[in-house]
Amino acid sequence: MKPRFDAGDRVSVLELGKAGHIRTPFYVRHKSGVVLRRCGAFLNPEDLSVGNVGGPVVPLYRVGFAMTDLWDEYRGSPADMLCIELYDHWLTPAAPEGAG
Amino acid sequence: MSGHDHTHDHDHDAHEPLVIEDEAGNIEGQILADALQTLLVERGLIAPGEVRREIERIESPGVHLGAKIVARAWVDDAYRERLLKDGKSAAAELGIGVGEAQLIVVENDAETHNLVCCTLCSCYPRSILGQPPAWYISKAYRARAVREPRAVLEEFGLAVPDDVRLLVHDSNADMRYLVLPRRPEGGEGLSEDQLAALVTRDCMIGVSVVAPVA
Repeated sequence: MKPRFDAGDRVSVLELGKAGHIRTPFYVRHKSGVVLRRCGAFLNPEDLSVGNVGGPVVPLYRVGFAMTDLWDEYRGSPADMLCIELYDHWLTPAAPEGAG
Repeated sequence: MSGHDHTHDHDHDAHEPLVIEDEAGNIEGQILADALQTLLVERGLIAPGEVRREIERIESPGVHLGAKIVARAWVDDAYRERLLKDGKSAAAELGIGVGEAQLIVVENDAETHNLVCCTLCSCYPRSILGQPPAWYISKAYRARAVREPRAVLEEFGLAVPDDVRLLVHDSNADMRYLVLPRRPEGGEGLSEDQLAALVTRDCMIGVSVVAPVA
């Protein structure tokens, strides 16, 4: 799979409702952030955890979220950021910042 | 609950066990691991010494490896740039093998402070820092580091000024993170080895900074 996103792209995190060994924590689901960098492609841990080691590999990204977008009660600088790794299938393009 | 025929004069929830222990005080996971090892040894698939050696191998890397990387980055700008670009390759230059998938090095400076956690489990750059401290894998740290990181850092004795940007790295998947702390004030005359001795584990996780050299 070719990476769909690149650094600077705004993305939203999906809620795929999957069970099992999921590496997308709940606190970023339905949130929007910015792709910081591509991290390469890796076997999907959701498959690996049930013994499926045959792939395919999935692009992985580092995505940055404004802390104030994650937590209503956040105490700190508006510039504070949470950086996390997300696999391609959990992401969808987001509207540009300020577009609604 | 069924099967309880004795009487209670107190709230049942108050004494529910948090973990299952056998008479030796082993928790459930330990009991399972011991049973599995006993079976594997009995069937001749592994020898007890192999298990010991593997534990020794896993636990042998230590903080000194990360400190060596940091000290080199402080004294060699070109190395620092390579390290920030590709942590794994830069570590390999010093003969340090990073077993984890990739190593991302994040640099503290006058405007930025970095903090590393793993909300989902205990991901940690073990091949260069050894095993994580108990607090790193505690649910309290894992939950709070991403939600109220400045309060957590204050409890560690580190006040990050409001005009310094805080970046929290959740190592939730295939990358591992090492914080490159700021070189301490007053350390200009020190050798690379002397600098490495100043670098602590907590500075490389981001819950502390390297103290000025007196």
